[in-house]
Amino acid sequence: MSKSSLSLPARTKHLLLVPLLLLCAACQGEVLNPAGDIARQQRDIIYISTGLMLLIIIPVMILIVVFAWRYRKGKGGTYDPNFDHSTALELVIWSAPLLIIIMLGALTWSSTHLLDPFRPLDRISGGKDAQKPVGEPLRVQVVSMDWKWLFIYPEQGVATVNELVLPVDRQVRFDITSTNMMNTFYAPTLAGMIYAMPGMRSTLHAVLNKPGTYEGLSANYSGAGFSDMRFKLHGVDQAGFDRWVAGARGSGKALDLATYRQLEKPSEKVPAMRFAATDGDLFRRILERCVEPGTKCMSEIMAHDRRGGGDPHDMRPGAGMPGRASQPPHGHKPEGAIFKSPSEKGSGPNVTKPADPNKASGTTRPGAPENRNMTAIHPVLAPLAGRDAAA
Amino acid sequence: MFDQPLSKIIFGRLTWESFPIHEPILLVTFAVVVLLGAGMLAAVTKYRLWGWLWREWLTSVDHKKIGIMYIILGIIMLLRGFADALMMRLQQAMAFGGSEGYLNAHHYDQIFTAHGTIMIFFVAIPLIVGIVNLVMPLQIGARDVAFPFLNSLSLWLTVAGALLVMVSLFVGEFSTAGWLNYVPVANAENSPGVGPDYYLWALQIAGVGTTLSAINMVTTILKMRAPGMTMMKMPVFTWTALCSNVLAIAIFPILTGAFALLMLDRYVGTNFFTNDLGGNPMMYWNLVWIWGHPEVYVLVLPVFGIYSEITSTFSGKRLFGYSSMVYATVVITILSYLVWLHHFFTMGSGASVNSFFGIATMVISIPTGAKIFNWLFTMYRGEIRMELPMMWVVAFMLTFVVGGMTGVLLAVPPADFVLHNSLFLVAHFHNVIIGGIVFGLFAGMYYWFPKAFGFKMDVFWGKIVFWGWVIGYWVAWTPIYIVGLMGTTRRVRYFDDPTLQPYFIIAGIGALIILVGILAFVVQIAVSIKNREKLRDTTGDPWDGRTLEWATASPPPSYNFAFTPVVHDIDAWYDMKKRGAARPQGGYQPIHMPKNTGAGVILSAIAMVLGFAMIWYMWWLAALSLAALFIVAIAHTFNYDRDFYVSVDEVERTEGEHHRLATAGA
Repeated sequence: MSKSSLSLPARTKHLLLVPLLLLCAACQGEVLNPAGDIARQQRDIIYISTGLMLLIIIPVMILIVVFAWRYRKGKGGTYDPNFDHSTALELVIWSAPLLIIIMLGALTWSSTHLLDPFRPLDRISGGKDAQKPVGEPLRVQVVSMDWKWLFIYPEQGVATVNELVLPVDRQVRFDITSTNMMNTFYAPTLAGMIYAMPGMRSTLHAVLNKPGTYEGLSANYSGAGFSDMRFKLHGVDQAGFDRWVAGARGSGKALDLATYRQLEKPSEKVPAMRFAATDGDLFRRILERCVEPGTKCMSEIMAHDRRGGGDPHDMRPGAGMPGRASQPPHGHKPEGAIFKSPSEKGSGPNVTKPADPNKASGTTRPGAPENRNMTAIHPVLAPLAGRDAAA
Repeated sequence: MFDQPLSKIIFGRLTWESFPIHEPILLVTFAVVVLLGAGMLAAVTKYRLWGWLWREWLTSVDHKKIGIMYIILGIIMLLRGFADALMMRLQQAMAFGGSEGYLNAHHYDQIFTAHGTIMIFFVAIPLIVGIVNLVMPLQIGARDVAFPFLNSLSLWLTVAGALLVMVSLFVGEFSTAGWLNYVPVANAENSPGVGPDYYLWALQIAGVGTTLSAINMVTTILKMRAPGMTMMKMPVFTWTALCSNVLAIAIFPILTGAFALLMLDRYVGTNFFTNDLGGNPMMYWNLVWIWGHPEVYVLVLPVFGIYSEITSTFSGKRLFGYSSMVYATVVITILSYLVWLHHFFTMGSGASVNSFFGIATMVISIPTGAKIFNWLFTMYRGEIRMELPMMWVVAFMLTFVVGGMTGVLLAVPPADFVLHNSLFLVAHFHNVIIGGIVFGLFAGMYYWFPKAFGFKMDVFWGKIVFWGWVIGYWVAWTPIYIVGLMGTTRRVRYFDDPTLQPYFIIAGIGALIILVGILAFVVQIAVSIKNREKLRDTTGDPWDGRTLEWATASPPPSYNFAFTPVVHDIDAWYDMKKRGAARPQGGYQPIHMPKNTGAGVILSAIAMVLGFAMIWYMWWLAALSLAALFIVAIAHTFNYDRDFYVSVDEVERTEGEHHRLATAGA
């Protein structure tokens, strides 16, 4: 990516960006030079709005310098201490920014609706391919875990950790949730970021237009292992995608409950993994926080509450509310600090040891327990570690 | 000894592990702090200053002294917050290509949390509240604020909060959950340690102080203006202080409420913000940002007022478009409530909701732009004296418009989708906070320093401070803008891509240049005090000022004005000078003034103990200090010995001395 130069469509409005580009000669990153149509449109919005604002910012900056220089004391500029009001000037002062904001507001309204992540795409790519029909989206379910990404392909029946493989020029619909922390699912080359939140589902529609290997990450701080919450995004053609799915299916390891439990534990620097089979209902149960057998799903609890909650046969007032001693329908009942017995108070340690660069094995031994003081995932779980997978 | 059940009851979760005995960075810091602290205590004892300190400062209810103490708190905390910034810059400059830098995740996370918390709550707020305290009553011709004791209590509660944050450095740890203590990271399950509790108690205690202070300032402005000063004759700084404090009254209870709910989650086991059992972490984000965005304007509005005063004074002109400036301020105040959702466009609100909040955010740039134009046309056809305060104004205007532009860019939701949580965003808000608020605070400190102390600050060192900050800001943050546009995100501890390293090294150099500015400021204070006789201003009006604070002596007498001034014009003092109004030489009356009280210090000290006990689960101490808090507060209400009269003799002596100096100097 770093070799390709920033290619600008020959549209005049982009000429306004020259100052920004001069400032940013090294900007060949995936944000300004993306491989996905959505990210490209989002980049264009950045360019257009920056250009619009520079229309007013640049003259103002010039005026600041000119006035500050010209009206310095002793410089001989006109001194008019009574010039403190001018209706005409006030009109300009208020209306010039207003005009820019009206333009920008119109752009905002339309682009926000057109690029709404919930909205299915109406084109696969820009330019001459814009008329190509948009097929049914490939569905990918995204789960942010502490601290890795789980990708489930419900139609293909396979799942991966920290590895996302997408066929190019095909619409993808991501359904996103989280097991615990709030993260954002962000592949800069593909599309803007969307939060992954526990108990909530967010959606993103996007398309990748160029094959290649790209970076993906969580952009929202989510605790100790956050800096390593990265994944590789591989763009391949349809045949390559089919081969990859077949390969994943053949790897043999299924994402069963026991594996999921282990995966859900906090771990860092987790290598890419593939699973041959998943439970088709897994994503829904993660979302509704009822993966553990015997726990009630959120929709069931809500349906139960809608019927009045509590014991359905008890008609006394207030019976719908759970009693103080009753156990919650799912999750464990949290214990407040003030209810703890002295022995349960634990200790509040000061954990600020400097990292020993020699000790932490870092990327050479992903998931190694000495990396940090967090639980590590067992490498046994990694049937197919490595980053060259998609080829 | 800490493991016995009895000691658990006494000390809660405080154990030997809570002290950083084995951590070199903290141990050295701790040793330095102890040495400096012990040295200062010894000096105070040696020169027998305890009585003076207690009588003249700690128990003072004089708004000027309280303002000065707020500013001192802000400057001290700036040093701490900036030390955190340097540690982060160093970590990010070295952590490339497999190196994890020198900070482990837990430590790094604490540092960025502490940096944000300290810079906003214990640097920006105290500095602004301090300047408002110092200047606003003088500007409206009042003798003190409406509730002098409350003012003292507000100050010391803020100090108590700051001290708790500082204690967390050496006893236990600070929160790792970001500067707003975000759930789910700060939930009891994910952060069972003391960090979030330190955060919550420190900010709750300081937050009570800020709320009370805001109530105090609004009442003062509404009820205590000099005769003739109608709302549309108030100085612009007073206007912005009014709007800022009205905003603060409206938003701080929301923050206090959100923190209280999180405290209930952590202490009582409720489920407001938990993932399960009906809790919703997203609700916490909404609540803290309903506080958080208006808070930006709480900080920046008074600073806009500072710029207005300085531009007008140093251009030798009345402010251009006074009424449009006032309307712009009021419009910003109202609109700032309607924009909080732009902090999480990417949480999946619908397109219409996002558009609404995006456009509302952009609309704020219209009055803000009008303000910039008003300053610009105040300079137009002026006679600009490029003294220290004015240099900051010009630097501010040039820097701030860039921050404003990137801010509007971030308000376009599709652009925000790629820039949210990026270093571009981080560069944007440092652009407005450093380029807007910090520059303005320096301008204000230089402008009003001679009013507070009676001598100007040293110009040579002042220029080093200025260029250190301005050049340092641009060197430090331009590369961060660029890496942000390349897709680098915030709060990351180390990076894979080695091509990014040069940018972070440049940013680190920029931070060092800012450090030069900060150190030069400390030197400047020392040099100015040393050369105070040379820098002395005897007139009380060193800058040819235009508003009432320049009408009295520097430093002003405790009662500010022997006679309450009568106002006929917006620039009241300029108007008096123009009309050749003479300083009255007799006919003084005794002046009714509030008496000093130690209740504020004592209550705040108890509140701090209460916070510490709650953080460490020492329930007995918490109960005891809560009881003490109520007893002292109630006892203070029975203290009827609260006021005194400054005798005519003393007023005559003070005013005569000022008159002699002012006429001799002129």
